[in-house]
Amino acid sequence: MSDVVEKTLTALPSLLSLDSHPGSAKLSSTSKLGNLIRGITELTSKHEEEKLIQHELLAIKEQVSSPNTTMRQMKELMVRSIYCEMLGYEASFSYIHAIKLAQQGTVLEKRVGYLAVSLFLNESHELLLLLVNTVLKDLQSTNLIEVCMALTVVSQMFPKDMIPAILPLVEEKLNHPKEIIRRKAVLALYKFYLIAPNQVQHIHNKFRKALCDKDPGVMTASLHIYLQMIQENPDAYKDLTPSFVTILKQVVGGKLPMDFNYHTVPAPWLQIQLLRILALLGKNDQSTSEVMYEVLDESLRRAEMNHNITYAILYECVKCIYTIHPKSDLLEKAAKCIGNFVLSPKINLKYLGLKALTYVVQQDPKLALQHQMTIIECLDHPDLIIKRETLELLFRITNAQNVTVIVEKMLEFLCISEDDHTTIDLVGKVAELAEKYAPDNEWFIETMNTVFSLGGDMMQPDIPNSFLKLLSEGFDSVEEDRKLKLFAVNSYVPLLRGEPGKLPQRFLQVISWVLGEYSHLREDLEPAEVLSLLAKLLDMKNSSSETKSWVLMAMTKLCKGGTDASVTQEVSETYSSSLDTVLRQRAHELQYLSQDPELRARVLPRGANPETLEVDSSLSFLDRFVSEALAAGAAPYKPPHQRQEELDQSKALSLEPYGLSLPISMSSCSITDRQSPTLLSMSSGLSGDSADLSHKGGSSALKLDGVKRVWGREGYLAQREPVEEAAQVEVPSPIQSPGRQGEGDSLHSQTPTQTPTPEPEQEKQQLASSLFVGLASQSSVSLMGKSEPTPQRFRRKAKGQGPGSSFNASEQISSSLISPPSAVDNLLCNNLLDSNNASELAEQTSQLSQRLTTANGTCHTEAELTEPDTKGCNPALRRDNCVVAADPGPHDDPGRLTEVCLDSYLPAELSGLSHSEIAPLCANQSLNLSACHVQKEDSLILVVFIINSSESAIQQMLLQVDSEELEVSCLCDSPAGEMTSHSVAVGQYSLTVKRPAVHVEVVGTVSYQLPAGTSQSLQFSYKVPLTSFIRPFVVSTEEYGTMWLSFSHDTKQNLTLINDNQEPLTATLNALKKKLQLHVVEVIGMEGIVACRLLQDLPCLMHCRVNAGWLAVWLRSPVPDLPDCLIYHCQRALQSL
Amino acid sequence: MQFMLLFSRQGKLRLQKWYVPLSDKEKKKITRELVQTVLARKPKMCSFLEWRDLKIVYKRYASLYFCCAIEDQDNELITLEIIHRYVELLDKYFGSVCELDIIFNFEKAYFILDEFLLGGEAQETSKKNVLKAIEQADLLQEVRYTPNHSHVWQI
Repeated sequence: MSDVVEKTLTALPSLLSLDSHPGSAKLSSTSKLGNLIRGITELTSKHEEEKLIQHELLAIKEQVSSPNTTMRQMKELMVRSIYCEMLGYEASFSYIHAIKLAQQGTVLEKRVGYLAVSLFLNESHELLLLLVNTVLKDLQSTNLIEVCMALTVVSQMFPKDMIPAILPLVEEKLNHPKEIIRRKAVLALYKFYLIAPNQVQHIHNKFRKALCDKDPGVMTASLHIYLQMIQENPDAYKDLTPSFVTILKQVVGGKLPMDFNYHTVPAPWLQIQLLRILALLGKNDQSTSEVMYEVLDESLRRAEMNHNITYAILYECVKCIYTIHPKSDLLEKAAKCIGNFVLSPKINLKYLGLKALTYVVQQDPKLALQHQMTIIECLDHPDLIIKRETLELLFRITNAQNVTVIVEKMLEFLCISEDDHTTIDLVGKVAELAEKYAPDNEWFIETMNTVFSLGGDMMQPDIPNSFLKLLSEGFDSVEEDRKLKLFAVNSYVPLLRGEPGKLPQRFLQVISWVLGEYSHLREDLEPAEVLSLLAKLLDMKNSSSETKSWVLMAMTKLCKGGTDASVTQEVSETYSSSLDTVLRQRAHELQYLSQDPELRARVLPRGANPETLEVDSSLSFLDRFVSEALAAGAAPYKPPHQRQEELDQSKALSLEPYGLSLPISMSSCSITDRQSPTLLSMSSGLSGDSADLSHKGGSSALKLDGVKRVWGREGYLAQREPVEEAAQVEVPSPIQSPGRQGEGDSLHSQTPTQTPTPEPEQEKQQLASSLFVGLASQSSVSLMGKSEPTPQRFRRKAKGQGPGSSFNASEQISSSLISPPSAVDNLLCNNLLDSNNASELAEQTSQLSQRLTTANGTCHTEAELTEPDTKGCNPALRRDNCVVAADPGPHDDPGRLTEVCLDSYLPAELSGLSHSEIAPLCANQSLNLSACHVQKEDSLILVVFIINSSESAIQQMLLQVDSEELEVSCLCDSPAGEMTSHSVAVGQYSLTVKRPAVHVEVVGTVSYQLPAGTSQSLQFSYKVPLTSFIRPFVVSTEEYGTMWLSFSHDTKQNLTLINDNQEPLTATLNALKKKLQLHVVEVIGMEGIVACRLLQDLPCLMHCRVNAGWLAVWLRSPVPDLPDCLIYHCQRALQSL
Repeated sequence: MQFMLLFSRQGKLRLQKWYVPLSDKEKKKITRELVQTVLARKPKMCSFLEWRDLKIVYKRYASLYFCCAIEDQDNELITLEIIHRYVELLDKYFGSVCELDIIFNFEKAYFILDEFLLGGEAQETSKKNVLKAIEQADLLQEVRYTPNHSHVWQI
């Protein structure tokens, strides 16, 4: 067939000449495109094509900007521009004209205009804003085609911020009599849902209407939205399960119009969509799953025809059956289906069979056993894709017994794979398996060596990190420990003696570190030799400066003076004038420490136990130094962001190394008078290195980073679990040995190349037995391990308490790091609930912050805490008051004196608690009203003071309080009846939020009668910020996880990060915690989870992630509007800092 | 679906539709890499490819390769059928379609695609309905400008 096309191509010129026939206007206009295409086909070189197109583009450019060009010509020009862009030439000058064409053209010109826009621009392009008005106009057009075009373009791209402008019109279209319009409107809303879910939250019930649409096309379109929504929150849509089941039944039963058939199969797209939805709904839910068993059975039964499309349905069906709550006879049928796929001669089906097998093997490892011979064949398949998928399957069934064979297969594949993505992925998997199941030291080190060589510098940085961590943490058995380290040293020395230039940088870094730490374990190895091997690395051209600094650090650990002095001296001299500040610093360290063995022994103790490190993160030992320096006229410390601002114009000067080196130190390093702060930080960095090295993988890792990095790194590393695996690796476990002995054959075939097996079939059999060993019986261990639902990083955390891990140390460090602010917080919280010891606490707080001030040179965040707090009132409450004060009562301020006096009228049970400022509400000649609110742990009390300021008594006084957003309940009897002259009546109301709003308002009326008999009334309103109702919500990470999934209302927003001298995430979260009383559940790396509750018990969860200098916040709650209100207060809280 | 590409056996791009926002530079890079990878595959090989973190589903019709990128959880087989349905639609519209139809009338091919897939999802799977929608829009065009014109490039 392709020959035919080529013939046609040669005949093209003659065909095109048809075009030049005079007559139709259409012909002459397309002929320009025709000429262009013909011109291109005649060219022989890329260069000529370039010239031709540039010429063409110039001509187009000239014409589009000419005022005489009609819209019709414009349409033709746009088509040519699209063509040029498709060939890879930029025609950005035409974008604006495409928009103009869509705007001004007649229907068919518009069509091309819209097409050009959708091809030229993407949804973030600024020109798209110019399209909004056109879309608005066309959506309101009476011409259906125009409406269709507008909806089509909107469903493809629309500026997110402009959605509100057209949303009502699109919504309206859901009721349009024409199904094509309804369908496109649904898809447009789907697009909106994807890019801005909050915007379409209110129309969820309209989606239900679309689901019930009489037109199957509209209904199908609505399933896209449902699939998405159910993916995010399956619980909210369980009630729809019977509807989806009914729809599927009807489709499978052939109830849809024939138009929807595809190769005699009824609406396969619809079926697959429904199956995916059902899988999501039935997952982990027995009762929901039971509703769908019957229809799944029928789907399996009906899909018998031998055609691709039925296989597509079957595949989705199988996936669904294995996802939902299991039912044995369905599983049996599904397993049979998978078998048919795997055994199929059609390669596409075979691939999907393997994929399905990979998917189900965790639940049903025996299924893999059944097909072991096919799997073995697939391992040698000529198509790499099949091979790759097979390895994926094997990865899932790896256990301690088959790990060597499977890893060998994976490494084989790695050697032939040229795709970076695959390499990175596979290398990570091999490293994971090696750590988990390594049978012995030698195998482990050798495998990791291959991983490092093959993975090169592409692999995930956590692989070398966790490898080094594993080596340094060691295991219970000291002897095993020593053997592993020794083996590593033994394997690296020959590598360095060979051709180290061929090794990737990451590997060289690992080697340098290991040799620096452990080469002393090998007795026959002179440190001098290691030093010269390392020095050789420094001279290599392709060594990166990062590698060099690892090397220098290793040399610092090794140098002993004496004979080695010449090498180290030379090296440190070379690099002490390096332009790279890190290298220069390392060189100085090397020089200094090599001359002072005593100091070196202290800062770089050999075999130091990481746990012994303690960090005084408040840096209190620096107090004296700082105050002396300040007294001597030194400039006070400025936090980085302030410095950054000041440095705005001279960005070339980076202060980073110094900035990073200052705030750390180890209290274990005693400070002697002669030590400068630079040296102090240097030594701490070094001893830190021997304790925690895993953070060295990153590019900035070798800089002397602060304690906070330990925390960041720990979160990062927590994704792996080498602690547990370490034990497995090292102890030649009794569990493994019998299995391996019992599998003599498998051991044999682990080295198939060395065992000449004449029969290929027999070889396969042996391979099979070694691959699938332990699958049936002992596999549960590994399989369970992987199907563990809890995210690994959270699990890891709990494990940190175990002995023998440096994790403890880092946790200590991190917790002490954040402790000063949180201590302040705790104090505040207590203060809030019990102001009896307020003054004492205030004193403590101020001391604490003063200490911080001295320690850091400045402390602007805490500064406000030190201001005299006469009323013992919590700063948070007072801040709340600012809002109230901004909206004062309608009448005159009755004066501060009254307020102070009113204090004494507070009900006894509240008097101990801190309250907001007593704010005047309103007044007239006889009454003065004031109010305040009191925050209790589990309630908020509104106290209204009524002062009879007149000279006479008033009668029949009645106070009524109500609110739209709040539930108001009177605590004790509302003041009523008679009030004598100059008396004060107090009303108490407990408030709970019915409907969250940024500020909630209480309105009230006091009615009374004057002695003269005239009735009077006074109205007032009192605003309370929502934050007064927020309380910390203490949950565990697991509880948080479960809740997160079950909440349906959410909002996302980027907040500014506080760029304090602290780690920004912790600083920001602490600020929020302090200001809004949130509870920080956990901070892991760059992510933090926070929880709070709105009184009484309405939770709101917050997930924060540091992203590109912003704090990306995602709030979820079961209460509508709560996330939005809270985000508002978060923004305000951060702005006010 | 993330994007769809049509290219010839010579590696010339004939149609590109992107359903995810990418920069032009990325688009060009992806196109170049994919065209190369797909063209290097042998006829009997699997129609699915793992590429970066995406799945590529491709199929060759005569001299043209149709190539779609989908996400991992998407169904590969149904994507093959999406390609097939699109070819059927082109075939029906142009009447025994060939590469030249698509070269010279690529805007028509885009119109058909937009009527069939919208925002990366199958919009209308009934062949009749898609063609009806296209014909209605075309009719306006023909009526207003070239009443007697029939497809010149039919081969």
